[in-house]
Amino acid sequence: MAASSDRFPPPLPATEETGAVTPDMADGDSDEGEDIFVNNSIPVAVSRGVSQPDNVNEQPPDLFSEEEAGSTTAKSNGVHSDDDNDLFAEAHVELSTNTPGGSAPKELSSSGPCPASSFTKSPASLQPTSLEQMEEDEAEDSFDIDVAVTNPEKVGDGMGAYVAYKVSTRTSLAMFRNKTFSVRRRFSDFLGLYEKLNVKQSLHGFIIPPPPEKSVVGMTKVKVGMDDPSSVEFVERRRAALERYLQRVVSHPSLLQDPDVRDFLEREELPRAVSTQALSGAGFLKMINKASDAVNKMTIKMNESDTWFEDKFQEMENEEQQLKKLQAVVDSLVNHRKELCGSTAVFAKSMAMLGNSEDNTALSRALSQLAEVEDKMEQLHQEQAASDFFIFAELLADYIRLLGAMRGCFDQRVRAWQRWQEAQSTLQKKREAEAKLLWANKPDKLQQAKEEITEWESRVTQYERDFDRLGMTVRKEVLRFEKEKAKDFKSQIMKYLDAMLQSQQRIVKFWEAFLPEAKAIA
Amino acid sequence: MMEEVKEVTSTLSVDIQSIKVTEVVKEGDTLTFLIVSEKLSGTGVYHVDRTYDDFEWLQQHLYSQEDVSGIQGVIFPPLPVKAQVNASAKVIKQLGILGLGEWQPYCKAMEAFLRQIATHSILGKNKAVEIFLTSSDPPGRQRARKNIFNRLSQAMEGMRKEGHKDVDEFFQTERDHNIVITGYAKTAAERFLDVVQTEQKIAVACGHFSTALRLCVEQGEDPDKLDFSKVCVKLSEVFDSIQKNMTSVTENNVSTLGLGLDLESRYQEAEKEMLFRRTCKLVELEITRRNAEKAKPVKKAAMEEVKKAAETEFDHISGVAKDEIARLQAARVKMLQQALVQWCEKQLLTAKESADQFNQHLRAFRGMA
Repeated sequence: MAASSDRFPPPLPATEETGAVTPDMADGDSDEGEDIFVNNSIPVAVSRGVSQPDNVNEQPPDLFSEEEAGSTTAKSNGVHSDDDNDLFAEAHVELSTNTPGGSAPKELSSSGPCPASSFTKSPASLQPTSLEQMEEDEAEDSFDIDVAVTNPEKVGDGMGAYVAYKVSTRTSLAMFRNKTFSVRRRFSDFLGLYEKLNVKQSLHGFIIPPPPEKSVVGMTKVKVGMDDPSSVEFVERRRAALERYLQRVVSHPSLLQDPDVRDFLEREELPRAVSTQALSGAGFLKMINKASDAVNKMTIKMNESDTWFEDKFQEMENEEQQLKKLQAVVDSLVNHRKELCGSTAVFAKSMAMLGNSEDNTALSRALSQLAEVEDKMEQLHQEQAASDFFIFAELLADYIRLLGAMRGCFDQRVRAWQRWQEAQSTLQKKREAEAKLLWANKPDKLQQAKEEITEWESRVTQYERDFDRLGMTVRKEVLRFEKEKAKDFKSQIMKYLDAMLQSQQRIVKFWEAFLPEAKAIA
Repeated sequence: MMEEVKEVTSTLSVDIQSIKVTEVVKEGDTLTFLIVSEKLSGTGVYHVDRTYDDFEWLQQHLYSQEDVSGIQGVIFPPLPVKAQVNASAKVIKQLGILGLGEWQPYCKAMEAFLRQIATHSILGKNKAVEIFLTSSDPPGRQRARKNIFNRLSQAMEGMRKEGHKDVDEFFQTERDHNIVITGYAKTAAERFLDVVQTEQKIAVACGHFSTALRLCVEQGEDPDKLDFSKVCVKLSEVFDSIQKNMTSVTENNVSTLGLGLDLESRYQEAEKEMLFRRTCKLVELEITRRNAEKAKPVKKAAMEEVKKAAETEFDHISGVAKDEIARLQAARVKMLQQALVQWCEKQLLTAKESADQFNQHLRAFRGMA
């Protein structure tokens, strides 16, 4: 199943034989695998091939601990920066080098938009830090790929209009033609990429990061005009989600190998993706749930020899429920913050009116200053709401969808088992048929029967191997997912705390400035 | 300019600044306020308990000082709307910021009311004040006699007379200005209440988030799961801090600027009522003048008497009113200044404390492996 190991990363064929580049754990080919990447482009894939599932539990040496902390601010992607230099300030994905211990590679997934000041402005204060840290990171790590999604632009007019985003890549990986390049893509292109990956890669048990959902309402607003605040918010939310989606895709060492991913990042023009119907209306989770139901309805029930899978599946379902609860609370928090913006602004106006009508000069001035302070507070509340939203609400939504994708992987494994079982039962039937033919003494049909048996025997072996391999992949994916999740949440929380801290410091300044005004009233 | 007061008055035997409404006790449906004040003689403290009805009794007594010349020119310290257990939505709306919490802002407002009365040069001398503050028995509950401040009759005449043009430029200006400020002050107080109530909702949501996060903590020894659990626990602590911060911010808002805006709004209303009373007197005066002019010789002398009396009273009222307006101006500027300074200082302190807390959390997170 392994393709020739001496070539430079062979393009993935469109069929199921995708074993070429994906690390074959069950094969004894791992050593060969190491030679493929003689120029060290993707050592990650190699080390994955070498490691065993249980190794993943050990803590890899903290090569990149500094980066972890640093990359917190570097993970955001809420920046609308046209300046190419800043493009990657907040989008940073790193693939770790092959560590000698053969332990699981550390992958820092980037998945956090930064707290945008309004939903469109970028917090200037966040950028300098992330740039510094980026340089620090760069010094440490020689293999990386950064992607950013920026510059949403409306193309066309009326109902046929759409938004095109600039997808920029910066990489030192040799599999790409250039080091930095960018293309323009529309939303359906992203969905198309997902579709392609899903078809090819999910059979291997990989968690395919789910794309953001379609929104008819949102898009209609944008088609009409991109200027009003709710359209701006919608576009920014989508842009940030697309960026996180891409970052997750490229940080998955196996998915990165997929030529469709490369095409998506590199090719000037992509054929228009038309089969994105599956993701419209019903939404991603509904799709997963439908597929799950189909699996459950299959007649051969799987007898689980490995309780690990059952336990994990249960855990995941519980977690999905918990995250949904969290999501509901965060949504209500975001709404209240937005309310606070509104009431603060209205209050500020009423104080301004009071100040204007006031006869006493010093009091009048103080009241007007108060109104200004409250206006600044409103701005802060706005940022706070954005922070809550982009950092937590979207994080939770992403993980709920990712858990759904994980369930998909588990279902794949069950399907693989079922295929294997069915093949076994077919083999059995063929053997019985052969026996009957022997008894009935029909030599020509016998020959055919023997051929069929041989065919099915190899199929059974194949499917059993597939099933085992899938099982191992799923285990790895789950463990990788859990690591990523902890890191992701931690990095987002730090970003949030940072934003809160800065917010409070600004509040302190506001009050310090106001105090003398208040004292001056006589 | 005040005439000698004919009613027997007393000077208060308590230190006015020591008057405190220390707590409010719920007895069934009634709220009882505990009031403490220090004796001027230094020999101890008065403890009395009073219900809202007792406060109204006091107020009625002050209103009914008909023999105090020019009493209608007094800007009476405004008594808050009656606080009720299980208050209706209408009452809650009227109470505004005073209806928040467990009546702490309300107690502060009642306390301010008592001090304002006690320090008033005319009102503070009324016997009723001493009785109210010092008598261990509840003050008389009999309905005070019908007085000139019966609001019902005022309301009916109000619409016609409110706009009546004044003879004195000072007062015309003051009336115009007062209407504007009354409106703005009321709006500002209401809008501030909205802000405070939204802040309370945010604090509650933060508490929910913190609780929900703690439910995400998993059992087991899987290091990655433990890592995530640790993250959840830490985050829930963060949100506990955020909740605490928001609660402090709200308390600061209510106890300083909130009470200040509420008092300002009610005092502007009180001034409006006084100016209206004076305007009514003006209308009366003009009627007596016309009557005197048109009177037949037989009645003329009598009408002239009436006219003179009305003129004198009106002059007294205007005199008292001018003083009161000046007093109010000085007092409200001082009150608002205090409120703003305290508000600012408290919020500054809270902000610094919160910044410290977030810093600590941030460092703790960074320290996590």
